[in-house]
Amino acid sequence: MTTATTIDSTIGWLQRQLPKLVLAPSFAVVLLFVYGFILWTIYLSFTESKMMPNYGFTGLSAYARLWAQPNWYVALQNLGIFGTLYIGICIGLGLLLAILLDQRIRIEGLLRPIYLYPMALSFIVTGTAWQWFLNPGLGLEKTMHEWGWTSFTFDWLINSDKAIYTIVIAAVWQSSGFVMAIFLAGLRGIDSELIRAAQIDGASSFAIYRRIVIPMLRPVFLSAFIVLAHMAIKSYDLVIALTGGGPGRATEVPATFMYSYTFTRNQMGVGAASAVIMLMTIAAVIVPYLYSELRERRHEQ
Amino acid sequence: MSSSAAAAPVAGGVGTAWLWRVAIYGALLLFAVIYLLPLFVMLVTSFKTLDEIRGGDMLQLPQQPTIEPWLNAWGTACIGLTCEGLKGYFWNSIRMVVPAVAISTLLGAFNGYVLTKWRFPGHRLIFAMMLFGCFIPFQVVLVPMAQVLGKLGIANSTPGLILVHVAYGLGFTTLFFRNYYEAFPNELIKAAMIDGAGFFRIFFRILLPSSGPIIVVTVIFQFTNIWNDFLFGASFAAGGSSPMTVALNNLVSSSTGVKEYNVHMAGAMIAALPTLLVYVLAGRYFVRGLMAGAVKG
Amino acid sequence: MTKNRLARLLGSAAIGIALTFSAAEAAEVEVLHWWTSGGEAAALNVLKQDLESKGITWKDMPVAGGGGEQAMTVLRARVASGEPPTAVQMLGFDILDWGKEGVVADLNEVAAAEGWDGVVPLALQAFSKYDGKWIASPVNVHSTNWIWANKAVFDKLGIAPPTNWDEFIAAADKIKASGLTAIAHGGQAWQDATIFDSVVLTTGGFDFYKKALVDLDQETLGSDTMKTVFDRMSQIRGYLDPNFSGRDWNLASAMVIKGEAGMQIMGDWAKGEFLNAGQKPGQDFLCFRFPGTQGNVTFNSDQFVLFAVGDEQKPAQVELAKAIMAPTFQSAFNVVKGSVPARTDVSDEAFDDCGKKAMADLKEAAGANHLIGSLAHGHAAPAAVKNAIYDVVTNHFNGSISSEEAVKQLMAAVAGAQ
Repeated sequence: MTTATTIDSTIGWLQRQLPKLVLAPSFAVVLLFVYGFILWTIYLSFTESKMMPNYGFTGLSAYARLWAQPNWYVALQNLGIFGTLYIGICIGLGLLLAILLDQRIRIEGLLRPIYLYPMALSFIVTGTAWQWFLNPGLGLEKTMHEWGWTSFTFDWLINSDKAIYTIVIAAVWQSSGFVMAIFLAGLRGIDSELIRAAQIDGASSFAIYRRIVIPMLRPVFLSAFIVLAHMAIKSYDLVIALTGGGPGRATEVPATFMYSYTFTRNQMGVGAASAVIMLMTIAAVIVPYLYSELRERRHEQ
Repeated sequence: MSSSAAAAPVAGGVGTAWLWRVAIYGALLLFAVIYLLPLFVMLVTSFKTLDEIRGGDMLQLPQQPTIEPWLNAWGTACIGLTCEGLKGYFWNSIRMVVPAVAISTLLGAFNGYVLTKWRFPGHRLIFAMMLFGCFIPFQVVLVPMAQVLGKLGIANSTPGLILVHVAYGLGFTTLFFRNYYEAFPNELIKAAMIDGAGFFRIFFRILLPSSGPIIVVTVIFQFTNIWNDFLFGASFAAGGSSPMTVALNNLVSSSTGVKEYNVHMAGAMIAALPTLLVYVLAGRYFVRGLMAGAVKG
Repeated sequence: MTKNRLARLLGSAAIGIALTFSAAEAAEVEVLHWWTSGGEAAALNVLKQDLESKGITWKDMPVAGGGGEQAMTVLRARVASGEPPTAVQMLGFDILDWGKEGVVADLNEVAAAEGWDGVVPLALQAFSKYDGKWIASPVNVHSTNWIWANKAVFDKLGIAPPTNWDEFIAAADKIKASGLTAIAHGGQAWQDATIFDSVVLTTGGFDFYKKALVDLDQETLGSDTMKTVFDRMSQIRGYLDPNFSGRDWNLASAMVIKGEAGMQIMGDWAKGEFLNAGQKPGQDFLCFRFPGTQGNVTFNSDQFVLFAVGDEQKPAQVELAKAIMAPTFQSAFNVVKGSVPARTDVSDEAFDDCGKKAMADLKEAAGANHLIGSLAHGHAAPAAVKNAIYDVVTNHFNGSISSEEAVKQLMAAVAGAQ
């Protein structure tokens, strides 16, 4: 081959590889910073690291310690309660608000940012505001007393059994607007022909929503579920800002547990083990979704 | 344009329909009040004097309004030993967030473009792997990230923090752009290729100009997440180059002394202003962008 | 580009480079701490200005939150990245843990030159040294077995500061009966544990405290005396107001200051609150040792740990270590902070009555070997054990478990955290 054609074919090869080359840096970054670190954490969970990483392999001892901690069970239980309520209420409330807003409301432009703005606030801000709001001595309870309703009590924040529900309240407040926005977008994307046909057939509004609209929003439900599930599992900042994990350790969640054992209690091995369990939970939720998602596409094509 | 189910008359005639309208508006307004309440409390508290806060009820409007707390929070509050308020940290955050958002958005756009218009075997797997990165809890990566940044020599600096945020934002930005470009008609691309346009020209001349809505969604999402992050900011840029959230935390979480709630609330509002502004101004584009397929199934 | 422009550009570049280099040579210390509130920051400012007068710049690195929790996390990130700060505020066992990691500086030279071994109580030195080497400069000594009381309330009800447990309960009963809150408390794990410290000490005495909380002897932890301790904790809970959960400690102090409550069981940083409110010891408020713990002092000491830094930074670091231990600084800082100097040779002139009493108590306890670290504040057992005990104490205090159950859990928690 002549040099000209070699150069040509090299350039040609480069051009064909260009898309992959453009994608490569991002992928490399993700490989290192996500998967590399996950592997590092998995390795650490098999060591007895205390304060800083200690790379001596010790088998499952950290996991044994992990499952011997009563706090861990509290954390898992709280995640279950919080996750279910948070996701359920956000989706329910978001859908309701979206349906209501979709009814040709004149002040939609005003209402939408009102529902959406809590998402803009950082958890420190949200936690501070809600902590004050729900504080029996300073917030809602005191205000109700001042207004004359003296038997009103709302001491969930300081009640060991009920404190987790205050976190649900603050978290729902923060995220339901976003869920509303994606449901609204989804509703507006529904083909009006289908609706009209159903109306001509005499179906009531309720039936239309139940039988046609909501099933067609299935992809949106899934997206909302994913975003909310990931926020539920990650929810460290909000818990710390609102209750600090308390009263006692009543509002411990896996994220705060992992932080506490890794950084405060100098038991990095146990912290890493709890992180691995957290990641496994996340994977258990996300991977099936991704698989079904990308599989469907193949059918569409 | 709303779904036409709304236009269907409810059984029972016009009277019931009017009642329904009232009920709907009523419900919406009630929710609006509930959503606004914490913001109202924060705002109102930030304009009160400390005595008023201790004595009165939190929903009351300030009897002797003052902007002292705001001036204090911005310019004179003590964050550690330096008593110059939050303003320096505000600019730190801006200096960090703008490049991070710009870079992660641009990279996400490229990635979405490649993954949809230049498919290669295994593209689905690559996408799935990148997407998983959205879900990793930050505490898990703190120590290894510190080690890596240290080796790169950019630990405890703004560029280091930018790298961290770009790395963990790539999953989301790629998701948004990929879903958006997926719906982009391939005919236009094919026509351009026939005309001899190459990889970059197609991107910059054809895709990017129509990407307005999704760029807005991505920028809003990234800006909010990065601006509001605390953990990475504290760990990788403590001290003089701290972002706003770290400074706010120092202001609010002091363990001794009188708690100046009004200054805390004013500080929190200052911290929230940029994101709030972005949401309010670009809010309608947000929904439009979402409709265009940011989070379509 | 014209020649002039080019010349100017190069000139300013040269100046810029020169400045950068000279700036890098200027002595600088980077200090990580969580003293962010007004009073503490003012106290630390004394040190900053002292150093600046010596030509050393102070790079402040404040990270508030959790009584140092966030700061410790940030420290970990910095050490992992290979660029530790020059000095870090730290408490108790954390210091020894970092010493073990081998990333701290060796201060023996300075210590020998300045004679630190002779002026710092041995119980403190246990935390300032690792492997025979000085690694930290102690700033202060706080003690935790104090009660702070509102004098007006005590006078009105005819109560004298109680000297044993029964008198203490009688006093609390009287205050409660008069309609006020007997004991002001903030329901946070460390505050519950602070009370626990004192109750252990008064119920079982010094040796019991040492065996249980320092030696972590399982038999002692499971003994009947420990059950009595938990019973007494429940008793104390009966004297709190219903809103105590999650309350910050300074708000509990405020209750005593305002006369809404009679007593607060808290370390002597509480004194700062009373002084800030314009109150005077002996006139407006009383300070006395937790009944039954007289002659003993449970302490915690803030120390600045010096980390291993590059050679260019070492001189500044040594200056910082010396400045912290200087008698003038020790006096000035502690007067503001409410604690007492870590050096025993500092005059008590500038201190108020409670401070003078604290210093006298410290000397007495150190002499009789009754100076011991506070568990609640990380000076009796390492972080893992301390937090495990926190869990049990706070669960029991909040009424989730019975005293028998608490004793069992205590034994298990301590065993599991080691």
